[in-house]
Parts: sequence; structure tokens; C-alpha cells
Amino acid sequence: MAEFFRESACLGAFLSLGTFFLGEWMRKKWKLPFLNPLLIAIVLTIAVLSLLKIPYDTYMESAKYLQFFLTPCTVCLAVPLYEKFSLLKKNALAIGLGILAGTLASLVSILLLCLLFRLDHTMYVTLLPKSVTTAIAMGVSEELGGYPSLTVVGVLVTGITGNVFAAGACRLFRITDPIARGVGIGTAAHAIGTARAMEMGETEGAMGSLSIVVAGLLTVVGAALFAGLY
Amino acid sequence: MKYVRQFLIILLISLLGELLHHWIPLPVPASVYGIVLMFLALEWKIVPLPAVREVSRFLVALLQLTFIPAGVGLMTKWEILRPVAVPVLAVLFIVTFLVLFVAGRVTQALLRRGAGKEAEDG
Repeated sequence: MAEFFRESACLGAFLSLGTFFLGEWMRKKWKLPFLNPLLIAIVLTIAVLSLLKIPYDTYMESAKYLQFFLTPCTVCLAVPLYEKFSLLKKNALAIGLGILAGTLASLVSILLLCLLFRLDHTMYVTLLPKSVTTAIAMGVSEELGGYPSLTVVGVLVTGITGNVFAAGACRLFRITDPIARGVGIGTAAHAIGTARAMEMGETEGAMGSLSIVVAGLLTVVGAALFAGLY
Repeated sequence: MKYVRQFLIILLISLLGELLHHWIPLPVPASVYGIVLMFLALEWKIVPLPAVREVSRFLVALLQLTFIPAGVGLMTKWEILRPVAVPVLAVLFIVTFLVLFVAGRVTQALLRRGAGKEAEDG
């Protein structure tokens, strides 16, 4: 059986999609916000792999075909962004300053919390880029001497938190404007959060996509400056 | 053929993104260059919207699924994370909500302030 799992080209993708579908079904049936399909898919897939004692690398042999779509799917976020560009131009200052404020809030609060929790410098620079999309965050972490693999965990936990709580947090913080919602979610929780913003509405999704790019680039510069502070 | 053509254009732009990533020594992923390239191609009418519309909708709908394999990778990182899990998770949660609050509220406040004079701001 282990042989079959290693050689199957479809198993990882099937397991990933199947658990996501189950998550979607559970969310529709029980309408509980923490029943997030992405989170359920990750948890159930890990559970199945652990139960059947299938190593992650074996799962990735087939799941890599799903992961291949990451770049083309992200590239396509430009389409809703383009469709909403006139809205963006009209509100460029508010959106730009919102993303800048969010990025600064991320860097400053990570600095203060690392001091508070007495996390060392390596851990500090590992967490510093955690609010932005995986590949940028990993590159920044590596550049600054952090643990890139742990940065990935930080980025994922951040994104999943944003994905699960986006709608609730917007209600709690009284962020009602679709543009402001998209900027908030995209700046706080990059592409994984934006995938959820896309479900909230096209404007939310488009602003989220924009925030991924702008917050990502601001963080490349900002994290390098902040790394020297602690 | 229509869908094949649309997918081909999207893959070409993804490929160009990878090329930029390869050439430019910055920690910016191919997908982020790709978003910028696709946006410019649409904006400058090099790629008209109908040339990618259906397949791009489909791929955007798939986006969440593509994060599952990396998410499952958490199972291999648990050993490194365990000794510092509590403070690290605290940082991750607090910062995520704080950034959403700051970015969202600043944008919303500026939008409302600008609502009266947005015509002149253009």
C-alpha cells in the first residue's frame, strides 16, 4: 500500500480537494465561522496522513501538482484588480496610506511583542516578514538571518487566521467599507486572507490583491530597516 | 481552443514572472511579478480582458486549494515550533488582528474624509 501511495499521481490532490470539499459542506450545513474549508482541509489531511503513517514527502509527490497552480492562480488576481482599477485610482491616497499604516503596524508590533516575550534576534527577524506572501517573507527571512522554514509557518498561521476570522474581525472592528475591508485583509493576511476576501466580494478581493503586492514590496524595505532595531 | 489559449496566456505571464524572479536579486516571488505583469498587460491592452476572462475566473476560484499542500507542511515543522509555540502563536494572532484593524480603519477613515472632495483628488 505504501508503494501505491508513493506512486499515485492523484492521491495527494484528491485528499486535499476532498477534505476541502468536506469543509465547504460542513460550513454550509452548520454555518459556524471557524469551520473554514482551508483550515479543515489542512487539519483533516494531516490527520489522514498521520493515521495511515504516510510521510509528508510521499503526500507531496502527488500534491505538488496542485501546488503547481499557485503561481498561475496568484497571477490571475490581477484580473479583478484590473476590473476595479478605476475605483482604486479614485481612492489611491486612502488605499496607499492604509497599506503603509498596516505594514508599519505589523513591523512595530512584532518588534514590541518580541521584546515583551523575550524572543531572541533570530526569532525576531524570522517573524518580521510574517504578514506578507510566503515567497517574499521567506526571502526576507533568509536575507536577515532568520529561520525561513519557521517564517513559512508564521505566514501560514497568519494567512489561515485571516482567512478564518476576516469577516468576523471586520464586523468587530466596524470596517464596513468594501475597499477598507480588502485593504485590511490583504495587508494583514496576504493571499490566503485575500482568497477569503474574494468570497466576500469582488471589490474586497481586488483590494486584497493590490495589498498583497504593495505590502509585500514595502516589507522588503521595511523589514531590512527594522532588523537593526533589536 | 478558447480555454487553451487563455490558459496559455496566463502561463506565459507566469513564466515571465519566473524569469524576472531569476534575474532580479530581490526576495520577490515570481507570482508577485506575475500579478504586476498581468495587470500592466491588461491596462496597456496588450492582453484584452476577454482573452483571459473565463480561465482566470476559474483559477482565482481555485486559489485557496493551492495553499493546502504548504499548509499540510506544518506537520513537518512542529518539532522546531514546539519550544517557542506559545509566544510565537501569540505574536502571530495579535499582529494579524492589529494589522487588519489599522490598515482597515485608516483606509476607511481616509475614504470617508475624502468622500466629499474625491472629484478634485481625481
